Amino acid sequence: MTKETKNIILETKNLSIGYKSKKTENTIASNINIALKQGELIALVGANGIGKSTLLRTLTNVQPKLNGAIAINAKPLQDYAQVELAKVLSLVLTETVSSKNLSVFELVALGRQPYTNWVGNLSKNDIDIVNKAIAQTNIEGLKHKKCFELSDGQLQKVMVARALAQDTSLIILDEPTTHLDMYHKAYILKLLQKLAKETGKTILFSSHEIDLAIQLCDNLIVMSHNSCMQNTPEQLINQGAFNTLFPNDLIVFDQTTKSFRVKK
Amino acid sequence: MVTSKSYKLSFIILIIVLIILFFANVSLGSISIPFNTVFNSLTGSADNYIILNYRLPKAITAILVGSGLGISGLLMQTLFRNPLAGPFVLGITSGASLGVALVIMGSSVLGGFFATLLISKWSLVISASLGSFLVLLTVLIVSSRVRDTMAILIIGLMFGSITAAVVSVLSYFSSAEELQQYIFWGFGSLGDLQWNELKIFALIYSVGLLFSIASIKALNTLLLGENYAKSLGLNIKQSRLIIIIATSLLAGTITAFAGPIAFIGLAIPHLTRQVFNTSNHKILLPAVFLFGAIIMLICDSIAQLPNTDYTLPINAITSLIGAPVVVWLLVRKKKMVF
Repeated sequence: MTKETKNIILETKNLSIGYKSKKTENTIASNINIALKQGELIALVGANGIGKSTLLRTLTNVQPKLNGAIAINAKPLQDYAQVELAKVLSLVLTETVSSKNLSVFELVALGRQPYTNWVGNLSKNDIDIVNKAIAQTNIEGLKHKKCFELSDGQLQKVMVARALAQDTSLIILDEPTTHLDMYHKAYILKLLQKLAKETGKTILFSSHEIDLAIQLCDNLIVMSHNSCMQNTPEQLINQGAFNTLFPNDLIVFDQTTKSFRVKK
Repeated sequence: MVTSKSYKLSFIILIIVLIILFFANVSLGSISIPFNTVFNSLTGSADNYIILNYRLPKAITAILVGSGLGISGLLMQTLFRNPLAGPFVLGITSGASLGVALVIMGSSVLGGFFATLLISKWSLVISASLGSFLVLLTVLIVSSRVRDTMAILIIGLMFGSITAAVVSVLSYFSSAEELQQYIFWGFGSLGDLQWNELKIFALIYSVGLLFSIASIKALNTLLLGENYAKSLGLNIKQSRLIIIIATSLLAGTITAFAGPIAFIGLAIPHLTRQVFNTSNHKILLPAVFLFGAIIMLICDSIAQLPNTDYTLPINAITSLIGAPVVVWLLVRKKKMVF
């Protein structure tokens, strides 16, 4: 097995996630064991409200875990200083940027913030990395446009470029294909697949595009009510992981076409 | 950033305009002083009493007030992601007004301690500073308990309402003379500062300016929104505090020394964004500085009505001149840049 020799970038052991207030502890999911390896594209799928966002928020240190361990590059997540974490983990969020008056180049260049000096000056090296990120995401033509001039699909590519410019070993995207048409959904995911292969970065994204994820990802993490499974798409199909993903009164998973069908 | 080169010419023009207006401002007034006399006094080859002790401090005050208010408005608009934010959203003016109202009108209502205070320039400055500092401190303490930056905006507005209510109660019980004095303070004034007052003003202003320059990188990161900024390693709470301190030092001293000057802080950042069309604070901050100083010098020159003995309230002029300019800019460009 060649995969076993690859570096594990992010790993969780017996992780439980949820919300904790002073009196109560509301566990949303527990016993999560996942391992993300270098250069892999991994999708996180599951029904609405199952805890995908909570898991991503916990993995990115936005909210505290309840129990278990999270390690990035074999170092516990809680041991990372904020700037240090920004150099190993970059995010693409569902929220839109506050100022749409930024040019595409300026926005991508903001990905270099953890590396720049106190006033944020870009070095020659920074500019090279920004230009490379712009080239890798095929947005050279948009470089000098303002963000308010872009379509949703274009803006999503720009946000991916910004995460690339941050030069981290792990990129996490929260539902990167929402609001996009079918073509651009496939386009963005295909782009992520290409980037994972070419740059050796580990890319984890949450998505509702299970059909596309099965075709494009190295690994899928399937969250359901009582389990959280990680495996290759083929293995998961064989295990029947997708059959119990949703209530079975409306849609069923078709093993032969590897996609969901509406019940007749 | 790569864009900074193309702005060089604009900056040079702005600096030249600022210098010309500075000389014009010193030269114009109840008595016009010829340009060469102004130049000679400023270079030290002649000694003109009016220029050195009256016109020059006023022109410098105008520059400090305009640039300081513009910069603190810019900081607040970026921090709160709100184009309507200005330097006074944190309750600084309302605090200063309360302090001044207590000194001027409090004597008849409260008697005792306040009555013994001399209503001099310094007592107004000190009471305005104390008032704005106390209100700001309360806002800061309350806001350290909230996670959402927007909540700070609302807390600031609420404190504004509370202090405005107290001022209303005070005015209700005070004499016409005291009321008039309070209203005159509210008009704002650039011309009352002596050199020794100006020195203290400039010192605190410089500290505020340094804090603003130190937050340029944080401000640019905040353009992405707080969550992205956090993911880029920005310490949100610390940056927020530095930005608030910078604003309070700038806007607080300006209000204390020159009164609550309206409009400039809100409008200058918009004016600058329309002209420079960028969100990069490395460009915006110096540009806002220059625009603020220029507009304030123009307003001051108009307010003192050249060749007459009248001086109009500076607060009225800033809005009267500035508001139509911003409206015109927005209509012409048909697009709000923020």
